[in-house]
Amino acid sequence: MRSALSKAVLHHEFWLAVLVLLLAVGLSLGTGEFLTLGNMTDVATSYAILGILACGLFVVLIAGGIDISFPAMTSIGQYVMASYIIHHGGSFPLAFAMAMGVGLLLGLVNGFLVYWLRVPAIIITIATLNLYYGLLVYLTNGTWLYGFPDWFMNGINWFSFTASDGYDYGLTLPLLSLLGVIIATGVLMNRTRIGRQIYAMGSNRDAASRLGLNILRLHFYVYGFMGLLAGIAAVVQAQITQSVAPNSLLGFELTVLAAVVLGGTSMSGGRGSLTGTILGVMLLAFLQNGLTLLSISSYWHQVFSGVIILVSISSTAWNEKRKLAKGM
Amino acid sequence: MTTLTRIIQGDRIIRLQILIIVAVAVLFSFTLGGRFFSLGNFQSISSQLPILGMLALGMGITMLTGGINLSVIAGANACSLVMAAILVAHPDQPLYFALAMLAGLAVAIAIGLLNGSLIAYIGVSPILASLGTMTLIAGLNILLTNGTVISGFPRAIQYLSSGNVLGIPLALLLFLLVALLLWVVLEHTTLGRSLYLMGSNEQATRFSGISTHRVTLVVYVLSALFGWAAALLMMSKFNSAKAGYGDSYLLVTILASVLGGINPDGGFGRVIGLVLALVVLQMLESGLNLMGVSSYLTMALWGGVLILFIALQNRQS
Repeated sequence: MRSALSKAVLHHEFWLAVLVLLLAVGLSLGTGEFLTLGNMTDVATSYAILGILACGLFVVLIAGGIDISFPAMTSIGQYVMASYIIHHGGSFPLAFAMAMGVGLLLGLVNGFLVYWLRVPAIIITIATLNLYYGLLVYLTNGTWLYGFPDWFMNGINWFSFTASDGYDYGLTLPLLSLLGVIIATGVLMNRTRIGRQIYAMGSNRDAASRLGLNILRLHFYVYGFMGLLAGIAAVVQAQITQSVAPNSLLGFELTVLAAVVLGGTSMSGGRGSLTGTILGVMLLAFLQNGLTLLSISSYWHQVFSGVIILVSISSTAWNEKRKLAKGM
Repeated sequence: MTTLTRIIQGDRIIRLQILIIVAVAVLFSFTLGGRFFSLGNFQSISSQLPILGMLALGMGITMLTGGINLSVIAGANACSLVMAAILVAHPDQPLYFALAMLAGLAVAIAIGLLNGSLIAYIGVSPILASLGTMTLIAGLNILLTNGTVISGFPRAIQYLSSGNVLGIPLALLLFLLVALLLWVVLEHTTLGRSLYLMGSNEQATRFSGISTHRVTLVVYVLSALFGWAAALLMMSKFNSAKAGYGDSYLLVTILASVLGGINPDGGFGRVIGLVLALVVLQMLESGLNLMGVSSYLTMALWGGVLILFIALQNRQS
């Protein structure tokens, strides 16, 4: 028991979990509303998109790359899906298939360019962000889309029940999608050969290549997966907001990056865990929700996020530097 | 003149850029004719180029060392807000004018030292360190100003963008002067040499007896100082300061640096290439604007140009 604890202390995730727990305890003592079923459901619903996209970016970062073009991929998926659904109707499987198909296609383009051009992925995805987003707004004139059919507006509500506060709760579309994405990412990264290959490529690309791994195919898997999740996020966001706006996710890429990095995933690839990523998302979500509940001006949100990011990445970097020094 | 021809002959990227500039100029002279080569268009280009240029120099110098500074625009806005607050609270007092300038400089140096020490001493990767400081600084900018505009500056500030020497706008001259100074520093001083060396191989640089920590600090302070210069030009052009001005320039500064031949991995790239890339970008932007092309299509075009440029560079080498 003691050795397990002393091992856990060395992990970034342990300290992150402690921090999340402290924050949760502090907030539930500070405000009566924090630890209610209603608030928890609200938090999970409104941060589902952050969680879904964070899972995708986590995989890309593990592979030693980065993708900041996903807000554009999400918006394009949303437009294609919404234009069809509003005019011709359909079903959720069809909506997901269309948005994910578009996301996958754009993701594969990213993967190919990153592999083929051999410049840092951030430069490539900055370029494709501009390209995708510029074309989207140009072709759609930036118009909003409304008027989804009823089945889309109502969404899904499994195991629904009415709680003592009089509201209905259940597994809604955002919650189901978030859960599904987390499980899929966990299985992919921890239980499959592709997952191990992605870790290997992120740690040492040359070594992975000499082992006979097909680096191009891995790039397709990684950036394609990000695209698929961008498609899922597209449907979820359209369902929550009941409308589609081209600029709704502009600038969101840095928030998602912050969440993944808070989770301890290394920018140089190969190191990080899904648990850490989820804890990172929770930390940001609790923090912003808590500030809202404590009725602190939303202007403070960004300042707090900045401080948390700086403290967290500094402590991670400092720890790694010390470990390295000890090792030598 | 002989040195100029030598530079042009020896540098493939600069040759490529001059070719692009000529091609773009010919293209627009056919499609737009006199409207492109008008005084009005020249003035519009020369009022935008210096601001973007200063920010791009701030971005480019960090990319030379293999880093990046995402906080350059947030930092510039912090400088302009501090200077604006002092100037507006004490109008027409020369002493406070000097104080405002110094306060802006102090803010820039503090931001540069924060970025530099996070990267050099704590070992945070530059993209994360500057992402964190960008979030923090942008947040503070909004928080401390409540998102309001501070406007109404003394004539001296406004003169920066309205004044001209022999018909050439003062802001453009200032930018060229700063770029020239940076060129001298990069290519003719020890600091410049060690900066390039660090971008190529940081470990080798450290083992050769250069304090890489100090070089990193200097680079990020310089980057923030370019932001300060951009802040002055922005205050002059808009006659106001506000959190969030120029945010959309962030990706463009990276684009300009890469188009300018700066290798994102560090170690290669020259100021003259960056300046030529800025000319290309501004010519394209104003020409397309005159043709009535949507600014979003221009944005998409820039993304496409960046990918194409990298692809061309790769295929040649």
